[in-house]
Amino acid sequence: MRLTRKSDTPRASGLGISRRQFLQRSGATTGGLAAVGFMGAPMMQRAEADEKTPVLDAPVETKRTVCSHCSVGCGVYAEVQEGIWTKQEPAFDHPFNRGAHCAKGASLRQHGHSTKRLKYPMKLVGGEWQRMNWDDAIEEIGGKVMELSEQHGPDSIYWLGSAKFSNEGSYLMRKFAALAGTNNTDHQARICHSTTVAGVSNTWGYGAMTNSLNDLQNAKSILFIGSNPAEAHPVAMQHILLAKEKNNCNIVVADPRFTRTAAKADKYVRFRPGSDVALIWGLLWHIFENGWEDQEYIDQRVYAMDEVRDEVAKYTPDVVESITGVSEADVYDTARRLAENRPGCVVWCMGGTQHTTGNNNTRAYCILELALGNVGKSGGGANIFRGHDNVQGATDLGLMSHSLPGYYGLAEGAWKHWARVWDLDYEWLESRFDQTEYADGKPMFSSGITVSRWVDGVLEEEEAISQRTQLKAMFYWGHAVNSQTRGVEMQKAMQQLEMMVIVDPYPTVAGVMHGRTDGVYLLPACSQFETSGSVTATNRSLQWRDKVIDPLFESKPDHEIMYLLARKMGFADELCKNIEVNGTEPLIEDITREFNAGMWTVGYTGQSPERLKTHQQNWHTFDFHTTQAKGGPADGDYYGMPWPCWGTAEMGHPGTPILYDTSKRVSEGGLTFRARYGIERNGENILADGSYSLDSEIEDGYPEFTADMLKDLGWWDDLTDEEKAEADGKNWKTDLSGGIQRVAIAHECSPFGNAKARCNVWTFPDPIPKHREPLYTSRRDLVADYPTWDDVTSHYRLPTLYKSIQEKDVTGKYPTILTSGRMVEYEGGGEETRSMSWLAELQQEMFVEINPALANDLGIAEGDDVWVEGAEGGRVRVKAMVTNRVGREVVFMPFHFGGMFQGESLHDRYPEGSAPYVLGEAANTATTYGYDSVTQMQETKCTLCRIEKAS
Amino acid sequence: MAQMKFMCDAERCIECNGCVTACKNANEVEWGVQRRRVVTLDDGEPTEVSISVACMHCDDAPCMAVCPTDCFYKTDDGIVLHDKDLCIGCGYCLYACPFGAPQFPKQNAFGERGKMDKCTFCAGGPAETKEEEYQKYGANRIAEGKLPLCAEMCSTKALLAGDAQEVADIFRQRVVQRGHKDGGWSGNPQAEADSLAYDATQQG
Repeated sequence: MRLTRKSDTPRASGLGISRRQFLQRSGATTGGLAAVGFMGAPMMQRAEADEKTPVLDAPVETKRTVCSHCSVGCGVYAEVQEGIWTKQEPAFDHPFNRGAHCAKGASLRQHGHSTKRLKYPMKLVGGEWQRMNWDDAIEEIGGKVMELSEQHGPDSIYWLGSAKFSNEGSYLMRKFAALAGTNNTDHQARICHSTTVAGVSNTWGYGAMTNSLNDLQNAKSILFIGSNPAEAHPVAMQHILLAKEKNNCNIVVADPRFTRTAAKADKYVRFRPGSDVALIWGLLWHIFENGWEDQEYIDQRVYAMDEVRDEVAKYTPDVVESITGVSEADVYDTARRLAENRPGCVVWCMGGTQHTTGNNNTRAYCILELALGNVGKSGGGANIFRGHDNVQGATDLGLMSHSLPGYYGLAEGAWKHWARVWDLDYEWLESRFDQTEYADGKPMFSSGITVSRWVDGVLEEEEAISQRTQLKAMFYWGHAVNSQTRGVEMQKAMQQLEMMVIVDPYPTVAGVMHGRTDGVYLLPACSQFETSGSVTATNRSLQWRDKVIDPLFESKPDHEIMYLLARKMGFADELCKNIEVNGTEPLIEDITREFNAGMWTVGYTGQSPERLKTHQQNWHTFDFHTTQAKGGPADGDYYGMPWPCWGTAEMGHPGTPILYDTSKRVSEGGLTFRARYGIERNGENILADGSYSLDSEIEDGYPEFTADMLKDLGWWDDLTDEEKAEADGKNWKTDLSGGIQRVAIAHECSPFGNAKARCNVWTFPDPIPKHREPLYTSRRDLVADYPTWDDVTSHYRLPTLYKSIQEKDVTGKYPTILTSGRMVEYEGGGEETRSMSWLAELQQEMFVEINPALANDLGIAEGDDVWVEGAEGGRVRVKAMVTNRVGREVVFMPFHFGGMFQGESLHDRYPEGSAPYVLGEAANTATTYGYDSVTQMQETKCTLCRIEKAS
Repeated sequence: MAQMKFMCDAERCIECNGCVTACKNANEVEWGVQRRRVVTLDDGEPTEVSISVACMHCDDAPCMAVCPTDCFYKTDDGIVLHDKDLCIGCGYCLYACPFGAPQFPKQNAFGERGKMDKCTFCAGGPAETKEEEYQKYGANRIAEGKLPLCAEMCSTKALLAGDAQEVADIFRQRVVQRGHKDGGWSGNPQAEADSLAYDATQQG
C-alpha cells in the first residue's frame, strides 16, 4: 500500500486544447453539411448541422479505453490526433469482445464530438438558463448545501450518484457523503440489480455474476429469464452463439415478450409478468418429480433444499399453468432441457429484478441452479448481466444508502474499519451526522433513503420519515430520472425541493421536467473518455481506461467536482487525506490505492493501478476462452483480476474467474461457498459437508477466518511480525495487513470460510421464496391465495405500501398489463445516446408494442397515436406498434425516451442547443408504485394500464 | 487479386445495428443516408431473421450497366466505386440495384436528389487529396490494409468481409460446425439443408 499525502501544488493553467478550440485555431473546419435542407426518408427528421472530423496528418496516439454503455466491458482503440478523437479501431485482441461492438459501442467516437453536451455551469433564473463560471457555481451550490445542512441536518440533502462513474468516482462519492454526514446517497444499482445483490449474496456469499461471458461458451444449456442480451448486452451474444454453435448449447428464453434473443433460442416460453417464482417452482416440480436434482451436490453444499421441496410441492402443473400461463408440456420440456444439458446456467436481468418480489425471484433462480448442481462450475452458474458499464463497481464500492464500500454495512464496526483506512478520527466522523434517534435508529447507522424513493423522501409527511425532515435538495449526479417510476409524482417532488443540482455531461430529463423557474443548477461533468480510472465489468473484472481526450467545453471530471464541493463545504483535507491533489483534481491512482487498502471483503485489494495497467497494456496475452493470460507480464492472471483478487497486490492472486469453483486451488482462483450466516441453524450444521476446494488443508466445511482461528489451527506463526501486530484481534475483513488472507490462502483455504449455500434466508420476509401477486395485478382471482405483504411503517426511512395498494381493484379501468424494457440503440434514460446523431437516427419514435388482437379490440392500427394511461393516472402519448412480440394481455414500452411529458414537448426547456436529437414520452410517466420488500427496488415490469386512440 | 465480398451470417445477426453505426463512425455519412442497413424479416415472429445489407459489390453490377454517365468503376479488388463528380443524381442505379444500396441525400423529383452515395467497402473514391476523398466518400481503410469497419465491429461476427474465398471458407466452417439439420438457416423451419440461399418468399 502506498498512500501519498495530498500536494498543494496548483494545477498548471489551461485544460489543453478542446476540439472546438482546435478547429477555431487551425481553421480546419471542413464543409460538412453546409446546407441541411434535405429531408431523408419519410420517417426521418431533420438533423442539425454537424462537421465531419478533420483529416489530419498529425501523429496518431492510440488510447485503450472501455465502452461506457453496458457492463460487457468491450475494449476500444481510440486514435487521437492533436487532441481530437479522429478514429476508433476494433480491439481484436481484447479478451471480452474481440473488436466487436453493438450500435452504441460502434459509435463511441461520437462522444468526442457531441455538440449537445452541457457546455458550462448554468442556473435557472426566472425560467431562463443563465451561464455561470465554476467558482460562482460551487460557491452558490455549496453555500446552499451548508445552509440547508445547518437548518435541517445533513440528511436533508440527497447525493444521488451514478453507475457511470469510474470505480474511483464511485468510491469517492460514497466517502464524500459519509464525510458530509449522511447515508442519503445511492445509485442506479438500487433500481437495476439490488434484488439480485441482496438475494444472491444471501444465498451463497456474493451477489454478483458467478462466471464470465467467456465462460458461457462452455454452457450446455442457458435459461434466459427476464434478460434480452441481443438488445441489452449484444456482445455477450458472441459468446452465447458460440456456445450454441460449438457446444450445441440448448438456449431457452422465458420472457413475457418474444425478444430478439428469443429469436435465436431453441425454445421460447411466454409467461405472465410477475410470475417468475411460480414458473421456477414449476420447473423444480418436474425436476424433483423425475429425480433430476443433483443429490450429492445438495447434500454437500446446500442448506434447506428440503424446505424448498415442501414449497415446490404446492406448485403442481395445473397451479403453475394458472399462475404463469405456461402449459404443463412447456414447463416439463424446459425442465428436461435444463436437466439433460449440464452444466447449464441461468441468466437474468431487469425482467427478474424490477419487481416488488424481486428478492424472491433472484433467490428462486439460484435455488434452481443449486438443485441442478450447476453453481461453481465452468459452464454453469448464475450469470447475472449487470446494466451500466460500472454498476458492478459502483455497487462494490458502496455507493448505496445501506452500506459503506465493500458491503461492510453501516454498523459501528464498519465505520471504524473505514475510519482506519481513511486515517480519520471515528468520533469526528460520528460528529458529522445528525445525532437524533429516529424510528430506524441513529442516521449514521440506519440505511438512507433509496434512489427509488427520493420522491417520497420529498413528498412524505415529516412525521412518517425516519429522519429530521424531508429532503430539501437533490443532487442528480449522472442519473436519468426517467428511468424511475411514477413520473407525475416525481415532477411534484421536484417542485417542492429548495434546490436541484444536475451534474452530468448532458442536461438530462431532470433538468427539464421539473416545471420550475428557479433553483435548478446544471454542472457539466465530463464523460469517462475525458478522464482515466478503473471500471468493473459484469464478470467482476476490473479494467483500466486511458484518458482519450481532454474534457470537452468547460466540463470537469466527477472526482474533481467532488473535491471542489468538499473544499467549499470544509472537508476537502479529510476527503483527500491520503490522496495527492493536483490543483483541484485528486489523483485517480491514489483513490484506487485507498480502496485497495480497505476492500478486503470482496477482494478489491489485489488490483493495484499498476497491475490494472499491465493488464490493459497486454490485452492480447489473455485467452478468449478462459480469460487467463498465457505468458507475458501478467502470466497466469485472469483478465482484470475478477474479484475476489485476494490479499495485497504483492501477493499476486490471479483473480477468481468462477465463484465457488472447488475444482481449483483458492490461490489459483478456486473458491467455496461463503460462511456468512454462522455455523449452525436450529442445531443443524450449515457449513459445507465433505466439500472443499482443491488441496485445501481443511478437508471439510469451516467458518470464516479470524486471528483466533489461525491460532487454533497453529498457523499464527505463518504471519510476519508486522502482520501479527496488525492482525491480532482482527478477522479476514478487518486485518489491514492482509496477513490473515495470505495465510489462509497459503493453506489453500477460502478466507471467508466454507459453508453451504442456503435456500432459506431466515432474515427475509419470505425465507423460502413464494409467489406473490403484483400490487397491480390483472388476476384478482389469485390475490386471496397469493397476497402481497402487509404495509410496512418504515423501511429505508419511509413507509412502504403493499396490501393497501393491492386491495384496490383497478382492473375495470386498467385491464392491460404494462411492462418495459430496452432497445439496443439507447442506454438507460437515453439522454446521452439520443444526443448522438448516429444512434438517434435509428430510433426516432417512442412507441408501445400491442398485440394485433388487442389492437383490433381497441380499434388501433399500426402507427396510430395512442394514449397509454398507467394505473395511477400518468399518461403518455406514443405511437402504436402492432406486433406479436407481446401477448394479448401485455403491452410493452421502451424506457429510453424523455423530453415529452404527458403530451407536451419539453424541447424549449433545454439550454439552447442541448436538446437531444430525439425526444419522446418517458415510459415511466405511466408506471406505478411498488417496491421490493428487502431492497426498495422499484416495480417497472408489471403494472396495469389502459390504451386508447389519441384523437 | 482478391475479390472483396460481404456475407452476412443470418444465424448470427441479432439486429444490433453495430454495423450501421460503425459505418457512420468510419464514413460520417450524413443523417438520412445509411449505406448499411439491417433488414429484419418476420419481426417478432418465431421465424424472425435479420440480415445486414449494403452494396454487395456485384461481379456484374447492374448499377454499372445502367448508369448514363458511366460514373461507376471496379477496382482490382472487385470493389464497385463511383465518381461523384460524374454522378447526375438520376437514380437509375437505385432502380437497377436489387439491394437498394444507392442512396440520395435528397428526395425531390427531377434530378434534385443530389449525388448518389453508397457503400465503398471502406475504399474511398476518386479524389485529388485525402481530405477531398474523406469528404466525398468517407474512409479509405482498404488503402491502410484494413477491412470495412462494419464487418470488423460486428457484435457477433455475423457480418463477414474480405476476399470471397476466405469469407466462404469461414462460413463453410460454421455450417459444418453447427451441424444443425437446417444448415446455416435453422431459424427458418421451412429451410432445407440443401438450400443455403435465403429465400424470403418461403417465409410463412
